[in-house]
Amino acid sequence: MEERLKTVEALKIADPILEIEHFHLYYGAKEALHDISLAIPRKQVTAFIGPSGCGKSTLLRSFNRMNDLVEGVWTTGAIKLDGEDINTLDIDVIHLRRRVGMVFQKYNPFPKSIYENVIYGLRIVGVKNRTVLDAAVERSLRAAALWDEVKDRLRESALRLSGGQMQRLCIARAIAVQPDIILMDEPCSALDPIATSHIEDLIDELKQEYTVIIVTHNMQQAARVSDYTAFLYLGSLIEYDETNKMFTTPSIKQTQDYITGRFG
Amino acid sequence: MIKAPYLSTTTRSTQHRRGTPGEPWVWLTAMGLTIGLLMVAYLVGLILVEGLAAFWPKRIAQIELREDHRAHLAGRFLAGKLVKIQAKALQNQDTAAQAEWQIMVGNKDAYGFGFLYIDEADVVAWQYPRDLMVIERLEYGEAIGIPLALSLHGGTIIPATAAEFTPRFQSLVADVNQRRQVIRRLEKHDIGRINHRMEDLRLQQRLLEQAQPPGSAVPDATLAPIQRAMTTLQAEYEVLAQQARTLRLQQEEHRLLYRLATGEERQLILGQIVQYTLPNQLTTLQRLGLFLHNMWRFWVEEPREANTEGGVFPAIFGTLVMTLLMSVAVTPFGVLAALYLREYAQQGLAVRTVRIAVNNLAGVPSIVFGVFGLGFFVYLVGGTIDQLFFSATLPTPTFGTGGILWAASTLALMTVPVVIVATEEALAAVPRGMREGSLACGASKWQTIQRVVLPAAAPGILTGLILAMARGAGEVAPLMLVGVVKLAPTLPLDNLFPFVHLDRKFMHLGFHIYDLGFQSPDADAARPMVFATTLLLIALIVLLNVTAIFVRDRLRKKYATGAF
Repeated sequence: MEERLKTVEALKIADPILEIEHFHLYYGAKEALHDISLAIPRKQVTAFIGPSGCGKSTLLRSFNRMNDLVEGVWTTGAIKLDGEDINTLDIDVIHLRRRVGMVFQKYNPFPKSIYENVIYGLRIVGVKNRTVLDAAVERSLRAAALWDEVKDRLRESALRLSGGQMQRLCIARAIAVQPDIILMDEPCSALDPIATSHIEDLIDELKQEYTVIIVTHNMQQAARVSDYTAFLYLGSLIEYDETNKMFTTPSIKQTQDYITGRFG
Repeated sequence: MIKAPYLSTTTRSTQHRRGTPGEPWVWLTAMGLTIGLLMVAYLVGLILVEGLAAFWPKRIAQIELREDHRAHLAGRFLAGKLVKIQAKALQNQDTAAQAEWQIMVGNKDAYGFGFLYIDEADVVAWQYPRDLMVIERLEYGEAIGIPLALSLHGGTIIPATAAEFTPRFQSLVADVNQRRQVIRRLEKHDIGRINHRMEDLRLQQRLLEQAQPPGSAVPDATLAPIQRAMTTLQAEYEVLAQQARTLRLQQEEHRLLYRLATGEERQLILGQIVQYTLPNQLTTLQRLGLFLHNMWRFWVEEPREANTEGGVFPAIFGTLVMTLLMSVAVTPFGVLAALYLREYAQQGLAVRTVRIAVNNLAGVPSIVFGVFGLGFFVYLVGGTIDQLFFSATLPTPTFGTGGILWAASTLALMTVPVVIVATEEALAAVPRGMREGSLACGASKWQTIQRVVLPAAAPGILTGLILAMARGAGEVAPLMLVGVVKLAPTLPLDNLFPFVHLDRKFMHLGFHIYDLGFQSPDADAARPMVFATTLLLIALIVLLNVTAIFVRDRLRKKYATGAF
């Protein structure tokens, strides 16, 4: 415990976009996340790793208040987005979700056209100008590395795309509203290796514009893709460090055991 | 040592093939399905054959009976269509099993009956004379006889043997039919419009009288314009009425002389003739043409003779309009209720109770809904509307009596549980990931429902609507209490403002069948009409369902998701 606290404080992140301070999450009486404190750096890729059920997805979903949809969830502690606590009652959750976008484990395009899928976020805000929408579609699809493949069939149903394409479409949909943070909950677990490598290349480009937080159970992916990694176990944060350092010289034994495959 | 049979590998396999376990169940279920399908096929086939037979022009036989025949007929000859052959109900055991024939002899005005039973044993001979004519009339059904001559206004007589008889007769009948249309338009539309306006003026006068303090009369100056308008309208009415009278007299100018099979000679005013045929002269192609023409007339004409003759157009129209109104009423109501139950309400004991209540509502007998509709919609709501908006016409009720609006509302209430259940299932079937995706984009709950959930659930909602329409279009019992009538003088839609008359009573195919089958004064004459109307009702419901299924399939392809 002591070692853990030391590493988190020693890691001085200048200008963090997200500061989590003593965050606890409960499902009714059961504590799922215990005293999480960390800082997410701006325009970098941060990965959450850990065995199944350790709470990494739960933590990720707290960043855009998606846990509100689950019955009986309550939290204590603060999560500060650019200094403003998003865990309070009077925060506009809808506005928050425009600043913090999310890509899910199972790609979920809407049963609409590709065009309509990408601009969904813009339409619900009330943007009607065709030029603005067209530009947003092209920009987002290019950024998601999907433009060349679908530019001739924007009006076709999105459900006709392949799995990898649909996931990239969901990424395009998330970035169309130009969020500050993109949350990715195991985005490649439903995809084949080729599609996975496409997404990983994409993440590398995305971090120039956006902050990316990715949850993954694939350690090699975390090592390839991320700049900072947080290791969670049974609802607690065990270690949080720069990826290079964590995967070569982890400070805590538990981390080393996990990374080398001794458990999990 | 006794070998257990299943251990032996050689004895059984060479002797007989062992069936797969469970095979009797396959046969049983297949048989159950087959029996069900056969019953449905028999029903549809029976209605199809009997229904279409009502339109097929049959040949007319002239039958000669024995001297000592037992038929209820003067003389030995009769002419008519063979309708039924059946075994006689034996009253004494001394005669062997015999058959009897039911002949449709028409000429109800001459014989007093239209159908006759004769013993097969009494029949000596029959033939199909070429010049036997069947004349469909406005009253007393069909006349069957041999034309003798045309007796024209002014005294001219054209015998049937003359060359000019047939063309002259044809043109005269065409004239008569056309004139009948003109008279009808005159009376229904033109005079009807004048009556409508006069009614409006009388209403204005009544309102003025009501607004006056009691004891004093309305000043003449205020009444004067109304009186003037009334006088003008009255004059117009007289002109039109005179026109109608003249035309009606023209209809009665000429007569047809004809002879029945019994030898009796009769006269028929040409104005009474709707259509005539010489069935024994028709080729098969002509029969087919006449068959289609009869079917068409069935659809577009109005009923005559206590609904046993003529067409069923007002009933078709009433059924369609009511089903449409019912669908328009039930869809938003049911969908919104289901949305609240599934999406917004706190899932707890209250919601579960409501859901159980809704499901049970689907099992309530439809006549109970009829009684509720009468008490609530007709008397309470309708009575209140009359008090508030139509007090001038009281005590004659406008909305305080049965009408198409209350009938549609009652049936909508009856079918709303179906829509609610189907919609709830469809909403639940929308994948959670889709909702989460929408919310993660920054949509509010309502935006998610409106833009993602409802379109994805649309095929399921349409399923509910199809079921509701099928159930509603076929119900008769509740309608009898809330607005269906045996004969409605007007349609619920016409060209007089406000064009849609929600307070009018209407006719309905289902009730028409009941009325024909059980309330008809002449059961034999009504029989073919019962089948024809049943066939039409089934066809109409199938058409409605097929349309809705088609729309649902289109939506399904578009949204390509969910289990519905």
